[in-house]
Amino acid sequence: MKRAGPAKVTTIRERENTDWVACIAAIRETQDEAAFARLFGHFAPRVKAFLMRSGADATLAEECTQEVMATLWQKAHLFDPSRASAATWIFTIARNRKIDALRKQKRPEPEDLPWGQDPEPDQADTLALQQESDQLSEAIAALPQKQRELIEKAYFSDLSHSEIAAQTGLPLGTIKSRIRLALDRLRHTMK
Amino acid sequence: MTRKQITHHLSDALLMAYSAGSLPEAFNLTVATHISMCDECRARLGSFDSLGGALIETSETAALAQDSLAATMARIRRAPPQTVTSPVRPAPGLFPAPLRDYIGGDLDAVRWRPVGMGVKQAILPTSRAATARLLFIPAGAAVPDHGHRGTELTLVLQGAFSDSVDYFGPGDIEIANEDLDHTPVADIGADCICLAATDAPLRFRALIPRLAQPFLRI
Repeated sequence: MKRAGPAKVTTIRERENTDWVACIAAIRETQDEAAFARLFGHFAPRVKAFLMRSGADATLAEECTQEVMATLWQKAHLFDPSRASAATWIFTIARNRKIDALRKQKRPEPEDLPWGQDPEPDQADTLALQQESDQLSEAIAALPQKQRELIEKAYFSDLSHSEIAAQTGLPLGTIKSRIRLALDRLRHTMK
Repeated sequence: MTRKQITHHLSDALLMAYSAGSLPEAFNLTVATHISMCDECRARLGSFDSLGGALIETSETAALAQDSLAATMARIRRAPPQTVTSPVRPAPGLFPAPLRDYIGGDLDAVRWRPVGMGVKQAILPTSRAATARLLFIPAGAAVPDHGHRGTELTLVLQGAFSDSVDYFGPGDIEIANEDLDHTPVADIGADCICLAATDAPLRFRALIPRLAQPFLRI
């Protein structure tokens, strides 16, 4: 992998990421309800907040959150920790539920890659990916607030750039350039 | 499958909106079809999904209903057991899987309608927020000069076309907006088949195509 450099101090979130991976494995292997409860306690309130920011009222958001978390249980065998963190995987499930429940737009997925899923994800790949996920979270937290807000709006509030322009009163060019600056900064950190 | 190098890719804005789930269906289809053909954009999409995950991880939380976990466990117990299916490999063909799902098959299943000068189109069933259609442009022929009110995505599936901007081969996607008036001309080497998505009707320059526009549903 890319990061073969000096040993890095393990951060709390990085340990958490590895923990969530283990929880999903426990659900898959032994239908471990305690592991599910831990994941639920961490992610369900975040999924609900995401759905409410996307325009769902509290009742609909609660119902969709339960569906998202139930999907996590049912599809635990599809989670590949060498390709995604638990948070990323849960984000994609929540996003798909949001599109079905709130937007009524279909969102076809790309064709699967011909080699499909690894039966046994590579340990080193998994570790590297969970480390990168942690770095990305740190990098987002370090963004200037104005840039971070616009990125969050683009993901959470379900608005196009022109709709964000109308809502915030900012010129479209400013929004585009702030988002571009934010992405440049994240890319720089992730190099 | 070896493909020619793709040189025109999706923009960050489109990939981010596809990852966030805020595009109209016709654009989602075009993005998914391009990613099916383009490893580079597939990897970039992975980064944008990671960004969504990191935002969920670092964002605020909302209070759950009191019995939320118990209600979710009840849902899980009620649900029919999951059958583990391995993904079915689509038979080899011209169109990637997401596009075939909309056509109901590959090239031979397309129900073309002539729009004049040998150009044919087939409108795909998507939500009305935007329109997706397949375009067939005979080798060497031109699509009438047109401008755009909104955004038009044109993805080459077979053959190639050129316009005032550049040359677009298989897998290449052109992202056109209000500022671009263009006359795409199919490469002489082969008939050109494209998937085009628009979020507003095209504006044709010449009088005849504009009169025809409401009938052709371009």
